[in-house]
Amino acid sequence: MLTKRIIPCLDVDKGRVVKGIKFLNLIDAGDPVEAAYEYNLAGADEVVFLDITASHEKRKTIIDVIRKTAEKVFIPLTVGGGIREVADMEEILKNGADKISVNTAAVYNPELIKNGAKKFGSQCIVLAVDAKRKPKGGWEVYTHGGRTATGIDVIKWVKKAESLGAGEILLTSMDADGTKAGYDIELNRAVSDAVRVPIIASGGAGGPEHMYEVLKEGKADAVLAASIFHYKEYTVRSVKQYLAKKGIPVRL
Amino acid sequence: MNKIAVIDYGMGNLHSVMKALQYEKVAAILTDKPETIRKCSGIILPGVGAFPDAMAEIKKRKLLEVLTGEVEGGKPILGICLGMQLLFSCSSEFGTHKGLGFIPGKVVRFDRKMKVPHMGWNSAETAKKESKILKSIKNGQYFYFVHSYYCVPSDKKAVLTKTQYGNTIFTSAVELGNVFGFQFHPEKSSEKAMVVYKNFFEICNGRTAEH
Repeated sequence: MLTKRIIPCLDVDKGRVVKGIKFLNLIDAGDPVEAAYEYNLAGADEVVFLDITASHEKRKTIIDVIRKTAEKVFIPLTVGGGIREVADMEEILKNGADKISVNTAAVYNPELIKNGAKKFGSQCIVLAVDAKRKPKGGWEVYTHGGRTATGIDVIKWVKKAESLGAGEILLTSMDADGTKAGYDIELNRAVSDAVRVPIIASGGAGGPEHMYEVLKEGKADAVLAASIFHYKEYTVRSVKQYLAKKGIPVRL
Repeated sequence: MNKIAVIDYGMGNLHSVMKALQYEKVAAILTDKPETIRKCSGIILPGVGAFPDAMAEIKKRKLLEVLTGEVEGGKPILGICLGMQLLFSCSSEFGTHKGLGFIPGKVVRFDRKMKVPHMGWNSAETAKKESKILKSIKNGQYFYFVHSYYCVPSDKKAVLTKTQYGNTIFTSAVELGNVFGFQFHPEKSSEKAMVVYKNFFEICNGRTAEH
């Protein structure tokens, strides 16, 4: 039986791990290669690196981190952040990542999804969506790390992205992100019902009970979390043990 | 020579397979040269991407003849993911396309009602009792999968492991004589799974030693 995936996410700035609280106030803490290796030992099903470096020379730093990680971590690695062209994707994949996540660039140039999927296969292309609740219901797509409203409806966007070839949706609730009050269940369920590709729920994890809710009620296929793992409030294994007891299929 | 030829035909996960072989201390060379392939004791056919593109690349690089010749001559071959699918007679991905034909059977898509690709960790239940390639792999071990099509061997003897996705039980690994295939990615299934590459290397070298 296909298991639900537990995916730690590492925000990487200039080659170092940081974790943003509500997309602001970054706190430094660690080497991404070591962190990815530790998560692998703890039973993580995949690892995500989100490169948040703002400068141009960043590409080299993250490429170096990817290469070193691929040498010692034998689980799938997704890399996102600042990917604008197919050439960026190629460089990241060539150096050992398995999937690329695109967000802002795909919103302004949806062909990026199509061209990436055509060249590397849909399984490589993860569409990251930052979603914020609209006052009158539904959700709106935000870009640029949650700073720019686009006026685009989340459900319409994920359907379009699926038809263009996105192989997976990494769905972040901006309302829930950093609150540790739980994932946005309704958002996850709505997106999961709208598309036939796997959904990774993100934003709001405060504990394993939140993961249970979003996997069960939110119909998510995987859960992403950063701070609860990074600050060792929970280990990946303890989360999986909790989920297994509640009847969620996980790899232990 | 006791070396594995990893076929370089421009399709996906070549480097992660090479890294896994390195980790397992398996001597391997990434190549598309027929003379190198002939000299090696075994062949690994990796692959991520679409079936027709992959067959076109194999033909373009003039690899069809050497692969067929070597495998018919008894050299062990291991196909990974798309590489396993290519071992079959034909696939229905983007029309009907002929494969390498080492294993009789076809490659078909998962039901449109299911979430596709079948992505993530799933267990492989062993159908055969004895298999050298699965030495020290426990029955029901988890492996990482990512695929939209699956193999249907027409000869039940070829089935090595089975995996269930939704209501579909499909063949997740095959073994037929010197032909082996994994639908999952051992190189992405943590350290525990990668021993299958070492097992394959031993199968290849065992055969060279007999000659």
